[in-house]
Amino acid sequence: MTVVRVASGGTDARVVRHVAQIMGMPISLALRGRRAGTSVGAAAWEEVQASLRWSDEVFSTWRPESTISRLGRGELAVADCPPEVAEVLAIGEVARRATGGAFAVCRVVDGREVLDPSGVVKGWAVDRASAVLRDLDDTDFTLAAGGDLVCSAVLDRPAWRIGIEDPRDPSRLVAVVPVRDGAVATSGAVHRGEHVRHAVTGRAPAGVASVSVVHSSLTIADVEATCGYLQGAGATAWLRERGRTGVVVMPDGAAEVVSRR
Amino acid sequence: MNRIVLWLMSTLTVLVLLFGYRTSLGGADQPASPVAPIVGAAAEPTTAGSGARTVTGPAAQTRYGPVQVELTLSGTGAATTIDDVAVIQYPSQDHRDAEINGYALPILIQETLDQQSADVDMVSGATYTSVGYRSSLQAALDQAQA
Repeated sequence: MTVVRVASGGTDARVVRHVAQIMGMPISLALRGRRAGTSVGAAAWEEVQASLRWSDEVFSTWRPESTISRLGRGELAVADCPPEVAEVLAIGEVARRATGGAFAVCRVVDGREVLDPSGVVKGWAVDRASAVLRDLDDTDFTLAAGGDLVCSAVLDRPAWRIGIEDPRDPSRLVAVVPVRDGAVATSGAVHRGEHVRHAVTGRAPAGVASVSVVHSSLTIADVEATCGYLQGAGATAWLRERGRTGVVVMPDGAAEVVSRR
Repeated sequence: MNRIVLWLMSTLTVLVLLFGYRTSLGGADQPASPVAPIVGAAAEPTTAGSGARTVTGPAAQTRYGPVQVELTLSGTGAATTIDDVAVIQYPSQDHRDAEINGYALPILIQETLDQQSADVDMVSGATYTSVGYRSSLQAALDQAQA
């Protein structure tokens, strides 16, 4: 059993935490610094939640009345949608091209093409929601949604310490990454079963347990982690070729750091 | 679906840039060739031929500076596909990306993380559902009010 202690920063680095359930997943916010534990911090947290709920209303494939569901049924054209819809689809298109079609925002279900940009939306939505936190003066934050997160810390306080979960045992860690200003996303089979599948073969990747990517943008970290995971045993080589930074955990638990240098 | 793909031509903005893909077939760094800029949505391709053609999107102002993309399309009507995406105008530099890549990023991997004891603020793991979350380290952290 892992004993995890909450990192203790400096004397003025008390961490205030908030949790909510949005988009069917736990959303965790840690704040420290001037606005942590204040009404200004609480108002920012409310705004974060409102932003995520908006993304859920637009992009949820579980809601028949969502914009994305209506678009998928052909009831709307992209021109009728908020511009964020085109933005998300564009990200998915770029990822599809980068993976030779393994990553796609369309899936074929029962012979029918279904629009499902969920693989893009989470990281993108959290990135978007975190903007309000960046406006808090002299305040550090880590905002996490279902295991993907974005961090910011001012220079005179320690970097956030991000644990990379052991894909074989969610109560353990395989690595710790200090992040001052950036994002960490992890893709793997744990927690949801094999929810990531190759868009062409329809199979879950084999030969890799999880892929974590560190990047300045959570949108990119999230998509790259998923794309890397889809490479299966080739995940490490793929990330290295693309100049990404991250951690690849193999099925036997061995962890490998991929870094530009 | 093809209408969606067509729409993308005018909306690929800084995101393409951030991905840093070198997708050009003919040279992403070349100045825009004399093609008519398309402003806003191009719901229908402007040529009737099925050969490859390029369209240039409007320069989008981003927080990194102006970004402009050019797409190479083939096919017509509902069969139109994007063959290439080239970024023809970049901001002078991408500060944040340079910054994070400038880190000598210390990712600490230990066989046992010191007998499985570690100071962490948050945990990154494969997608949590509400059920999976309950038994996760992240849930323990969320409950640990410093």
